[in-house]
Amino acid sequence: MLRQPLSRALTLSSPVRAAPLAARPYAAQAPPPPEKVEVFIDDKPVHVLPGTTILQAAALVGVEIPRFCYHERLAVAGNCRMCLVEIERSPKPAAACAMPVMKGMRVKTNSDLTKKAREGVMEFLLVNHPLDCPICDQGGECDLQDQSMAFGSDRSRFTDIHFSGKRAVEDKDVGPLIKTIMTRCIHCTRCIRFASEVAGVDDFGTTGRGSDMQVGTYVEKMFLSELSGNIIDLCPVGALTSKPYSFAARPWETRRIDSVDVLDPLGSNIVIATRTNEVLRILPRTNEEINEEWLSDKSRFACDGLKRQRLVTPMMTDSRGNLTPVEWEDAMVAAARALRDCPPGKLLAVAGDLADAESLVALKDLVNRLGSDSTCTEQYFPLDGAGIDLRSSYLCNTKIANVEDADFVLLIGTNTRFEAPLLNARIRKAFIHKDTDVALIGPKVDLTYEYIHVGDSASAVKDLATGSSSHEVMKRLEAAKRPVVILGADQLKTPEGAAILAYTQELALRLQDKLEDKKWKVLNVLQRTASQVAALDIGYQPGVGAALQAGPQVVYLLGADSGVVSRDQLPKGATVIYQGHHGDAGAAIADIVLPGAAYTEKRATYVNAEGRAQQTLVAVTPPGKAREDWKIIRALSEVVGQRLPYDTLDEVRDRLSEISPALVTYGDVQDNNYFAQARSLAQSLQKPVSGKVDVQLKKLEDFFMTDPISRASPTMAKCVQAVIKQKSSKY
Amino acid sequence: MLSSLRTGVQGVLRAASRNIQTSAALQHDSLFVHRDTPEDNPDIPFEFTEQNKKRVDAILGIYPEGHKRGAMIPLLDLAQRQNGGWLPISAMHKVADLLKLPRMRVYEVATFYTMFIRRPIGKYHLQVCTTTPCWLRGSDAVLKTLVEGTGCKVGGTSPCGKFSISEVECLGACVNAPMVQVNDDYYEDLSIEDTKEIIEKLKKDEKPKAGPRSGRFASEPLGGLTSLSDPPTGPGFGIQDALK
Repeated sequence: MLRQPLSRALTLSSPVRAAPLAARPYAAQAPPPPEKVEVFIDDKPVHVLPGTTILQAAALVGVEIPRFCYHERLAVAGNCRMCLVEIERSPKPAAACAMPVMKGMRVKTNSDLTKKAREGVMEFLLVNHPLDCPICDQGGECDLQDQSMAFGSDRSRFTDIHFSGKRAVEDKDVGPLIKTIMTRCIHCTRCIRFASEVAGVDDFGTTGRGSDMQVGTYVEKMFLSELSGNIIDLCPVGALTSKPYSFAARPWETRRIDSVDVLDPLGSNIVIATRTNEVLRILPRTNEEINEEWLSDKSRFACDGLKRQRLVTPMMTDSRGNLTPVEWEDAMVAAARALRDCPPGKLLAVAGDLADAESLVALKDLVNRLGSDSTCTEQYFPLDGAGIDLRSSYLCNTKIANVEDADFVLLIGTNTRFEAPLLNARIRKAFIHKDTDVALIGPKVDLTYEYIHVGDSASAVKDLATGSSSHEVMKRLEAAKRPVVILGADQLKTPEGAAILAYTQELALRLQDKLEDKKWKVLNVLQRTASQVAALDIGYQPGVGAALQAGPQVVYLLGADSGVVSRDQLPKGATVIYQGHHGDAGAAIADIVLPGAAYTEKRATYVNAEGRAQQTLVAVTPPGKAREDWKIIRALSEVVGQRLPYDTLDEVRDRLSEISPALVTYGDVQDNNYFAQARSLAQSLQKPVSGKVDVQLKKLEDFFMTDPISRASPTMAKCVQAVIKQKSSKY
Repeated sequence: MLSSLRTGVQGVLRAASRNIQTSAALQHDSLFVHRDTPEDNPDIPFEFTEQNKKRVDAILGIYPEGHKRGAMIPLLDLAQRQNGGWLPISAMHKVADLLKLPRMRVYEVATFYTMFIRRPIGKYHLQVCTTTPCWLRGSDAVLKTLVEGTGCKVGGTSPCGKFSISEVECLGACVNAPMVQVNDDYYEDLSIEDTKEIIEKLKKDEKPKAGPRSGRFASEPLGGLTSLSDPPTGPGFGIQDALK
């Protein structure tokens, strides 16, 4: 199924992902484009490059040819035959998805022959397709339904039902996310191609032949990939549907709101489908610069965590130390009293993984007005050298989409597969289609593609940076025309973090200086959370270590749930105010709980790992008495007596743009600079390192539950169970 | 009651009025998913014998680097031969490991080809051709003799575990119909007596004489040549005198 360059065929998708062959050509610069040829689609002339398929050429002039198996992001299979078109002076209709154009070709996509061919294909597909649309979850968004309406025959000649019945195929168990009804399968093999090309988990295939052919895994095996949910979208019929969403709603009953995902640092674009103020499902929204049209399983399926473990009312500890529901007024007054009575330097605000830019800036302004400057994030980032002063030091400067143009990728202490699944999908895409090679410094993990393992000691980074390394990766990096270095932000937490960052900057900048392409950026620091970049932009201090040393009297947790602040680190009698949407680690230690809104319930700004500001929109209203986060802080400021000068969202955003215009230029990402300055400031930090480079998320079971929302999600819990069960299976 | 009867009659009439030829949809007699059984599960190890390992190397040597997956069918065949005529799941896994391919790619090939048999089978696999020429020449009687002689149903294995009988489509020996294939050998021009003799010999693990049983060497006419019986004529034969 998988079409590969021949050079790749040997090592392709071997179960043991060994180091790649040394002798493979680099992704070469594209040769000058050959001359365009003119073809006529329904007599409309179009100029296309040779090698373009008829289907692509037709799309250019706005003629859509029906298809089932063809998908622009997957290899061409040409097995559904739905795209048959008539070509003038050709005896037979041809499959438009696989037929390259030829000069002067005249294609008729609406002729009698074409119509008859489509009708015939449709008839054969429907002979073996059950007529169970009323009970099928795909109903209303089914390609087969739509296309049989548009191109199928208006009456049935199907009489076999009186004699032999329809083909039936047994359902497969492919895990807790995907429900299979294989009788509905029309053998388009999109799921097989996705699994093999994009997900890198070669578990799907066709078994048997002829009318006995079936798509499946042959053995009892779950399809466990961090991208598995995408095959639900790919399936043109109802053979693969979402298990958590099964029998929940019809597409025309739901309201769709465009939004942004916050469960990983990439900020994938999503569509939230809601009904009766309930998030029913989350689907990907195409954004070529971030997620293409894929979505990771956590982002897609963790939405049922939005209904569980929610904080729906303000709470305060009673005399026995238990949190009890109170009215907003009481909670506000208590919180304001705690804030007002706090000595100036003893107030600490900690922002968590899912905090939005508006509430971050409101909280920082409030804390500053109360005479304190301890506003921190949970993730540490070294402050020595340039620290967080230069934006280029903590962002993915190459940008996500550009990674697929890279010719050599060096990953340092990051498991991109689980920290940023769609970035990893990009790297895999480059690996498969552009012969990009990948090297990894860190523990051996399965990245779904082969890589050169440089070992897991931090000194490897130093050797590469100083140029003293004798490893073959050194030569490859030096020779690369568009190298990319990605450093995992988790490495910066260690005492050697500053040195690792300094060496990585040194390495990246040394490579960048030599490049012919002066616009190409090499250095990337991959953050772990959706809030970190905005928080650093706004001026939060990374890490809570130093601030906790100071013995804060009042700690304001803005959704800080990763457990870096715990009761035993705080002085006795310290007051903890928790504002957030889930009853997780933060609420458990709080004295006062202020219920906030989750990302589906507020219009809020998030900045992704490449520094792109995007906004979520209100899909549902916050549950119970919960309110939008920046409004809670704004209201609290009034009670404290330090009124914040903004009353509407637009005014908060004005405040954001005062801090950095980049925070409100939605959808845009700016080029970073001052690399040289960051490098020279970091030079004094290049101290010898001896530690090991480790990553937090090593296996698939680590991936599913990493934040308050996914920890509250039963579906994610089932995924973890399924992975553990699969581990004990013999297949 | 009456109405349902009427619909039933109408249904029959409608079906009859359409005048459509139908036959039962033939489904394959083997499963296209794997089920763990005591005889066939991934815990049963499979390893090529020393002799076969040399053959594996030889087979792999035929294919250039980057195209080693072309060796899949020969390797699966080798594994099937080593394993007594059927292909267990562990052998597929072994082949996948040898070729550094995902296991699914091997499953796909092994399920596509009907000559890979994925469930235990008797020592002698009797494949009886029942396609038209053999059928006209009495394959039904041959099949009946085999079923009675071995005590094994079509598509099944005999109680002794020695025989399996399959009804197959044309094996390409129509001139010598009827015929039976036993493992790799063709037994042709069979009569009922010949068939019985073959079974008896196989029961004693002797090898019956393969090939035509009618006294023919191959597929030449039974009663001697009917054409080309004279010695070939010399050059100039049949040319008019004027041209000689």
